[in-house]
Amino acid sequence: MAILSVRDLRAYYRTEAYGISRTVHAVDGVSFDLHPDEIYGVAGESSCGKSTLIKVISGNVKPPLKAYSGSVEYDNGLQKVDMLTISPEEMRRNIRWKEISYVMQGSMSVLNPVRKIIKTFEDIVESHRGIQDKKVFREQVEAHINRLGLPTDVLNAYPHQLSGGMRQRVAIALATMFQPRLIIADEPTTALDVVVQRGVLQMLKEIQAESKNTVLLVTHDMAVHANVADRVMIMYAGRIVEEAPTKTIFKSPLHPYTKHLISSLPMIGVRTTKTSLRGSPPNLANPPSGCRFHPRCPLAMEVCRTEIPEMVDVESRHRVACHLVKGGAL
Amino acid sequence: MSVDGNLFDVQNVSVVFQIGGLLGGVKLVAVNDVSFTLSREKAEIFTIAGESGSGKTTLSRLLLGDLHPTSGKVFFEGRDLSEFRSRAELKSFIKKVQPVFQNPFETFNPLRRVEAYLFDTAINFGVANNVKEAAMVVDHALQQVGLSLAEVSKRYPHELSGGQIQRISIARALIPRPRVILADEPVSMVDASLRMEIVNLFRTLRDEEKVSVIYITHDLATAYYISDRIAIMLRGNIVEAGPVEEVLERPMHPYSQLLKESVPEPEPEEKDAWVKHISLGVTEVNEYNQVGCKFAGRCPHVMDVCRQADPPNISVGPRTVKCYLYTEQAREAAGHPEMEEARK
Repeated sequence: MAILSVRDLRAYYRTEAYGISRTVHAVDGVSFDLHPDEIYGVAGESSCGKSTLIKVISGNVKPPLKAYSGSVEYDNGLQKVDMLTISPEEMRRNIRWKEISYVMQGSMSVLNPVRKIIKTFEDIVESHRGIQDKKVFREQVEAHINRLGLPTDVLNAYPHQLSGGMRQRVAIALATMFQPRLIIADEPTTALDVVVQRGVLQMLKEIQAESKNTVLLVTHDMAVHANVADRVMIMYAGRIVEEAPTKTIFKSPLHPYTKHLISSLPMIGVRTTKTSLRGSPPNLANPPSGCRFHPRCPLAMEVCRTEIPEMVDVESRHRVACHLVKGGAL
Repeated sequence: MSVDGNLFDVQNVSVVFQIGGLLGGVKLVAVNDVSFTLSREKAEIFTIAGESGSGKTTLSRLLLGDLHPTSGKVFFEGRDLSEFRSRAELKSFIKKVQPVFQNPFETFNPLRRVEAYLFDTAINFGVANNVKEAAMVVDHALQQVGLSLAEVSKRYPHELSGGQIQRISIARALIPRPRVILADEPVSMVDASLRMEIVNLFRTLRDEEKVSVIYITHDLATAYYISDRIAIMLRGNIVEAGPVEEVLERPMHPYSQLLKESVPEPEPEEKDAWVKHISLGVTEVNEYNQVGCKFAGRCPHVMDVCRQADPPNISVGPRTVKCYLYTEQAREAAGHPEMEEARK
């Protein structure tokens, strides 16, 4: 039973200026399921559509972005909610923060710079649930952040007084205030140092282990996925190229792009020469025909130029979109 | 005194920034008593690694002559950087030490064709006397980074990919035929599939063009991959320095150990070890103002002496470690497992 299921989603940015219309195919035919009690990783380079995917999933679609076809269904345990047609009012009252919450990359833009941290907690809780007694509320917040291993003092601090890692952990504390069933974390540690990154991800993992909810972790850093995610999906130019449990992705990747991503990771203790792919990520306003990876693929065949490869299940829970796999060459 | 045999000779350099007003300001020691050398004989890649706020960018400004040290001296080819007076002297120095910056899209003006910068560099540094000569110089530099003038010509920055434009930025730095390239986080803005080509390029420059590279980064994995020597910085101090295999495979300073352990390995088998508990400093400023070792607040082996005075630089084999754990007395007293290793 899936908590969130996405089917054949197509979301494009369409702009018109001076009579020239331009369509950016940011998410183009994406299907996947999120299950309860798992950390699902989404990996891909910049401009592969991962942020657009999150916008659509979280019901945050604003022009020029539009979902053209497909469905996004969120199952709140009682009924299914269509995230593409939900009204902003309904979203605010019942879903956002309570059921689905976010941790964003720049925590500085989540926290109000001129208000103390406790006030930001108040603002968010007030608008979603209402606060009866401020004193009781403060105790609740203190208990919550202590459980996450943060000192009580941070509540009285302004955002600029905290270090980047501490701010990001406050952002996670905010996101978990209502014990949401789904936490979407978009590059939560990208701007942080390695030691701090480890602390923040450790906290996210502990929260997930304790409350058994679902975390959708988006990051371009494959090494983070290796250490945190249970399953990983690899996106390239708006499409999913491969999805599998983390161990499978790292031990036996099938798609040439996934193989490259994993084999090019530098590691301490290994000095063998690593290479880059030729070319650069495609422009999604004018994506390549057939398999979008074919201009850069070292194994491209004639069929790759013309036909879009179908998603094929290789094993249970491991699927890949590549003509080579379908043809049995891999 | 400086040693003529060295390209760079950094001697006990400190930089102190005054933060705040005339009366109640605070002093922040951004770089504290840092020394290292870069050999003239052999081209090498020297990494300065550290987290944000470790003083690595301040150090790079010192090396570029953009900032003068509060105390200590920086020598380039035996000459003190702070004694350059005339424009010509400064220019001949800049010609030999060229920077490459973090974000290539900010390096180039978006409204100007990228080749204009390459031609400007060739003519301003006197490498070429006219446009025709410059075209040859520019083309040669672009060939060195795997591009050509024909490919780049008439293009604006937005028409090029992140990897390409970073390579152009390196080609620009190569035009005056520098001895040293100082690259400040050159790959952190470049996509994963293109990152290795930039990193490999530095290797080629060292091996084939005999250009030394000072690689400033927070990424220990790429540092290990390309460099010969590494210096690890913490809050303005070099806490450990030496050959990269020694330092990163068997770090001795407790901070280097923590840093190495925190680099996520692309190995899903060992994921539980990586997320084990660590303590984090609440704010950076606290650590800067810490008396003695800056790591004392987080160190698992902290002793009383660590909070009293700066630890000495101790040589252990080819490396130096700034830590009380490795002093004579501590070695005699023994006990730490790291000590056993140090003795071997």
